[in-house]
Amino acid sequence: MFSRFKNSRPQQFIFLFFIFIFSYLVVPQSEDSYLWRLPSLFKDFPLWINNVIYSALYDWFPLKVWDPVFEMYEKKAAIREFTRAISSGVLFLITFIREIFLGGVQTMSTFISSSWLNSNKWFIWPALPWTAVVAGGMLLGYHLQGVRLALLAGIGACYLSIFGQWEPSMQTLSFVLITAPICFIFGLSLGIWGYLNKKVEAALQPILNVAQTMPHFSFLIPVMVLFGIGDHAGAIATIIFATPPMVRLTILGLKKISPEVVESGLMSGCNKFQLLFKVLIPTARTDILIGANQVIMQCLAMTVIASFIGAKGLGFNLKLALNSLKIGKAAEIGICIVIIAVVLDKFSLAWANKQKNYFANLNFYQKNKNLILFSIIIFICSIFSYIGSFYFTGINYLYFVPYEKGISISPLLDAGVDWIWETFFYYLNNFNVFLITNVLVPMKTAYLGMPVVSTFILVMGAGFIVGGVRSSLVVGSLFLFIALSEYWDRALITMYMATFAVVVATFIGLVVGSACAQNSKSTAFMLFICDFFQTFPSFVYLIPVILLFGITDTSVLLAAIVYATIPATRYTIEGLKSVPVSLHEAGSMSGVSRIQRWTAIEIPLAFPHIMLGINQTLIFSLFMIVLGALIGTEDLGQIIMGALSRKDGAGVALTLGIFISFICLAVDHLIRTWSERQKKLLGIA
Amino acid sequence: MSKKTNMNNSPVIKCESVYKIFGNNAEKLLKESNGKVDSKAFHAAGCIVGVNNASFEVHKGEMLVVMGLSGSGKSTLLRCISRLGESTAGKIYIDGEDLNAMNGKELIELRRNKMGMVFQNFALLPHKTVLENIAFPLQVKGITTDKSIAKAMEMVDLVGLKGRENYFPRELSGGQQQRVGIARSLAVEPDIWFLDEPFSALDPLIRKEMQDEFLRLQGVLNKTIMFVTHDFDEALRLADRIAIMKDGIIEQLDTPDNIVLNPATEYVKKFTQDVPREKVIKIESIMDPVDSTISNNIKISKNDLIEKVAETILNSKESLNVIDPNDDKIVGSLNPSKVIKVLFGS
Repeated sequence: MFSRFKNSRPQQFIFLFFIFIFSYLVVPQSEDSYLWRLPSLFKDFPLWINNVIYSALYDWFPLKVWDPVFEMYEKKAAIREFTRAISSGVLFLITFIREIFLGGVQTMSTFISSSWLNSNKWFIWPALPWTAVVAGGMLLGYHLQGVRLALLAGIGACYLSIFGQWEPSMQTLSFVLITAPICFIFGLSLGIWGYLNKKVEAALQPILNVAQTMPHFSFLIPVMVLFGIGDHAGAIATIIFATPPMVRLTILGLKKISPEVVESGLMSGCNKFQLLFKVLIPTARTDILIGANQVIMQCLAMTVIASFIGAKGLGFNLKLALNSLKIGKAAEIGICIVIIAVVLDKFSLAWANKQKNYFANLNFYQKNKNLILFSIIIFICSIFSYIGSFYFTGINYLYFVPYEKGISISPLLDAGVDWIWETFFYYLNNFNVFLITNVLVPMKTAYLGMPVVSTFILVMGAGFIVGGVRSSLVVGSLFLFIALSEYWDRALITMYMATFAVVVATFIGLVVGSACAQNSKSTAFMLFICDFFQTFPSFVYLIPVILLFGITDTSVLLAAIVYATIPATRYTIEGLKSVPVSLHEAGSMSGVSRIQRWTAIEIPLAFPHIMLGINQTLIFSLFMIVLGALIGTEDLGQIIMGALSRKDGAGVALTLGIFISFICLAVDHLIRTWSERQKKLLGIA
Repeated sequence: MSKKTNMNNSPVIKCESVYKIFGNNAEKLLKESNGKVDSKAFHAAGCIVGVNNASFEVHKGEMLVVMGLSGSGKSTLLRCISRLGESTAGKIYIDGEDLNAMNGKELIELRRNKMGMVFQNFALLPHKTVLENIAFPLQVKGITTDKSIAKAMEMVDLVGLKGRENYFPRELSGGQQQRVGIARSLAVEPDIWFLDEPFSALDPLIRKEMQDEFLRLQGVLNKTIMFVTHDFDEALRLADRIAIMKDGIIEQLDTPDNIVLNPATEYVKKFTQDVPREKVIKIESIMDPVDSTISNNIKISKNDLIEKVAETILNSKESLNVIDPNDDKIVGSLNPSKVIKVLFGS
């Protein structure tokens, strides 16, 4: 009897569940009882962080710096000088690219004395005519891949201009064109370092884990404190957020290279640099490219969030539109961001896959035809815009379409939204009310009514069953850190929302994924859909749900569900696909029906992989839930948002970010341990 | 197959008591053992013996085939000699120069100019076309794009891939990919050619075709070759000399004929038992001294395989003269009964 219990995980889980329920019912809801809530011993943790940051910034390691204005040496903290130097460097680069598109004098004022510029107002770098940028984009697209990419770039860029979003779009573009390459190079270098040095990799791993699971918002305030406010601060927050996946994928890709390829490089006589840049990196190209793609997506996903600390561009406008509930406007801007994301993504892929022709005997004109063509384009477009200046009075549409002076279909969209509201209000509202009163509120109450000891029984018990004492302690200590803070209740609310979103998203993902994995056409189609939706920056999902459900928990949860269904579906399909064909055939020859095959062969074998998807689902939903604070919820995210405007916000935001990261890591640890064991058991590791 | 081996010349590759032992305290254990390495004792101490006291020479234009089953240490030995892995002890000389004493720079120079290597799973660079892959060692050397591409084109011709120079490796069959691997290893015109199970990943028919192709190339190029394989038939087909390895020890190093006729150990005998001897053994290896009493005019060449002249020999009732085809001089005699004994005797 006991040995059967020892070997049966389901029985153990049922037993655990009973203890959990028992402790839930027995422990009284008394504020004095440590079984109910732990004391907030870590109350001062945010303050410690603040103190560390501020003392580092103002007191630590003062340097004597020559002040040219006061003509004297001044004592300044080293870190502060360092961060300021980085800030101005990044800002210079962003402004430089920005002014190529939009014109201006800031870049030149670095090289030419500002007094001269002030007295010569005519001396200004002119903005490129938007037509020239469109044509240039098409030319580049054609050069990189062909007509289709050219058309995509052309139509996309035209949309940006025609809908009056040219200026913010170019601001965002310049922002991404600087941050993405920095992330790429930075991530690649760290990844290579980690690949070459085991100790570095071991040190990187936990940092990457936390950085990747920490919500975007929690970076903002520390970055703001260290780097100030503006495009550069946004860029730095973006770099912190977008670099980890690049590092991880670089290490992964490099590790996958077969030792023979490395040997072939060595035997070809490569020195260390040649081996690295000509053999290792290009061979790991597929994974590195996925990393680059992730970087671009993350950079664009950060545009809205970075706008909280002063990044200009589409994100800022989208935030404004969302805040004032201008759904039509928000949709238009959202489309702009998606366009930039898709075009940049395709460009980077095409660039990496470009082939060189060695036998074309090119003369000077052929070799430089694109440069020459582009010069001609600028010339023609300039002439057109010059002609335009006679034709149009006021705004020269052939040269530059100012912000919000283009076409807008937002009234139409808003009318559509209104119509949906008026027509379906009754049903939507009923659904909303039903969901909130019958599902969400009871669930929330149940979570908040959970004694802290029950929570620990549940998570540590699960840890013990899955991975023994070690797992139990890992998970327990991660949760203990949260339980000892004053934010435990908020964390419970976050957990309730995450649970709801994950359960629903996983269910949908499993059903849709399984249905689509039945034949190769629908599989390919579904994977394409997943890819397509993944290019959308996360907050774009908030637009339609706010439209339908207003500012409620329902909206945030729905957005989280939709967003988190993507990885759930993808991993389900991939898992089912990874079941060996021979097993399918063996099943068929044993005479199983389709449903039997699904339940008896496919799902059990695919399940470890699917569980990894659930992991992603959780991270995705938590991010969206925190992002939901943008429109008002009452979980941890809201406090992080609130911390933005507090003096000691940095510590609070970081602490809460770490909490959310810890929730992710605890669940991640459980699932990964389970999945690896199960894979080993099934012999598919 | 080239027989231009000149034993008087100094060897191109020379190994003296080379050991390769994997494990943390390998060097210490090796010193304590005084060169007598017992793989079981080492295994108990947490070390794995890869190569155990290997000594041999390879001469200019000679093809040494290292044959052994997986885990026998044959690839490890090759890696010691190409210095892709460091040997634990022993001396390796390439053209008289101490390989293990070379610094990184000298090693790179050596590989850029003297060595070429072909790998079991082709090890082509996936992002480069056929042409770029072949030109890669040249470009690494710093040769201009124009020149390296022109040279690579020559190599494409040599291995019969003309028309596919702009394909990517993934678009080629296994055999074609290995042709690229071969062309790449030959692009710098190396003196020494290493081949690590080059045909093992190919289908049997393609393998045969590639072996023929390889023999044709070697006929033209006459490189000094170390060829690693687990396929005994392949070794017999290609080798000037074969080294048979087991547990890191070279069990026997000899010509194919001698290995088949006189296996040195029981282990070697297991391989030779089922070998069709007529397809391996040359007349030279079984002929008797010159017999002046032979009166018939039938002459057979000492370089022929038994298979080729068996009918002539067996049709004859009496001994035949064996000649050297180069100068038609009589170098020995052969009695049909000897042939019957070699082929069918135990």
